[in-house]
Amino acid sequence: MKVLLTPRIEGFGGSRWLKPIASTRALAAVVFVFLASAAWAQAAAPAAQASVMSVLWKWAPLIFQGFLFNLLVSVGTMALGTVLGVFLGLAQVSPYRGLRRAAWAITQFFRNAPWLVLLFYAMLILPFQIGPVALPSWLKAVIGLSLPVMGNIAEIVRGGVLSIPTGQWESAEALAFSRRQILWMIILPQAVKRMIPPWMNQYAILTMATTLISIVGIQDGLTMTRAALVAEARTDLLVPMYLMLLLMFFVYCYPIARATLSLERRFAVKI
Amino acid sequence: MTTGHHIGRPIVVIEGVEKAFGAVTVLRDINMTVSTGETVCIIGPSGSGKSTLLRCINALAPVTKGSITVDGQQVNDPKLDKLALRRKVGMVFQQYNLFAHKTALQNVMMAPIHVLGQQRAEVEERARRLLAKVRLTGKENSYPGELSGGQQQRVAIARSLAMNPSVMLFDEVTAALDPETKKEVLVTIRELAGEGMTCILVTHEMGFAREVADHVYFTDGGLIVEDGPPADLLCAPRHERTRAFLDQVL
Repeated sequence: MKVLLTPRIEGFGGSRWLKPIASTRALAAVVFVFLASAAWAQAAAPAAQASVMSVLWKWAPLIFQGFLFNLLVSVGTMALGTVLGVFLGLAQVSPYRGLRRAAWAITQFFRNAPWLVLLFYAMLILPFQIGPVALPSWLKAVIGLSLPVMGNIAEIVRGGVLSIPTGQWESAEALAFSRRQILWMIILPQAVKRMIPPWMNQYAILTMATTLISIVGIQDGLTMTRAALVAEARTDLLVPMYLMLLLMFFVYCYPIARATLSLERRFAVKI
Repeated sequence: MTTGHHIGRPIVVIEGVEKAFGAVTVLRDINMTVSTGETVCIIGPSGSGKSTLLRCINALAPVTKGSITVDGQQVNDPKLDKLALRRKVGMVFQQYNLFAHKTALQNVMMAPIHVLGQQRAEVEERARRLLAKVRLTGKENSYPGELSGGQQQRVAIARSLAMNPSVMLFDEVTAALDPETKKEVLVTIRELAGEGMTCILVTHEMGFAREVADHVYFTDGGLIVEDGPPADLLCAPRHERTRAFLDQVL
């Protein structure tokens, strides 16, 4: 476990995206814990039962399928949340006071609401179909989860826009650019760079939060894992089985976290 | 030593201008007339409202009272087309404010293409000429972060000139520069003034003001204390406050 606790060991060369050594070590540590728990379960199990590894191997494809569904929901939610969040964030820096205030209120409401409650709301309030378009429950979940994501991205956009020095606005105004041109041609292209790391961070958080959808009855990785445990009815599988799912999330989210860190470091020196 | 160029009709006329930020009045009863081809310097202690006055001329800051006209256009008319006004008035800032994500050449080309809708090829040719004029040939593809302060400021001047303004405003453009780079920028402005560009400068460079200005205004506490040709105002000031200020800076 020592390797996990080692603080960031990389140097100051911020241009490399992923630090191969640190990533490999962290991954190795997780795999080690996973295998150790499997071995421990194996040792504790009666001899007549199938080996832990073979049981895990049997269920792995199904759980992985469920995990892929988590990823699908995370990508859909992020796409929707980003589009909505960009508009909401820009509305917060609008010259119109009413719009600015409304956008601020909406942002604060959704940022400070528990995700699970919003998810429940979406599942219960949204109809099964809108006109001819059916609304499957996973799509409702995407809509429900995209609300807090929208709020957080609105804040990222607002912060990014405001982080650009006012001199950029002034000099562009003096050159007779319109407000819209200034925002889209001068401010946003500079601000996007600063928004990318927190945006990626938000995505990693969201991906892990997608397991909430199992509570509202969607067949995701967590649901599959639970189903496998129920089917096997062996308590010794509890730890390794969940760890297998955790490992899948880790392998997906950890590189995102690393990339976020190194992008943050790289962009920090500019301007 | 004036530049000896032709001074024409009044182009910027400021009458009885007052500017307040809330309860704080930073400009009171400002009257000033600048004619085409004229170079005017505004000097005075910090916080005397010099920069605010420049910002009122291109409507970056609205005036509280009085009137400013630029080429016959009322700046404080609520129906004013601000963008039309700003096409006529170029402005260069103390902190350069170049667009950090664009190269020097792109900085110069952006406004003519996107604001004036001119042809890219034609704009690029003119932008290259302007960068050559401010002695930055070879730096066309450099980003602002790769240029020195003086170089950035000259790109900023070229960027304003690309709009073919009738009047150029310079807001303490050398204040953030070290003495050597300062000179590069001042030489550029002197050439511009010599070519007959109407220039209004807020500056702390007394030597430069004496050399290039046709008329100098001394402001203090939001008022114009006195004005006159540089030889008179800078060498033989009539007012005690002007004298005290000049004693401190010269």
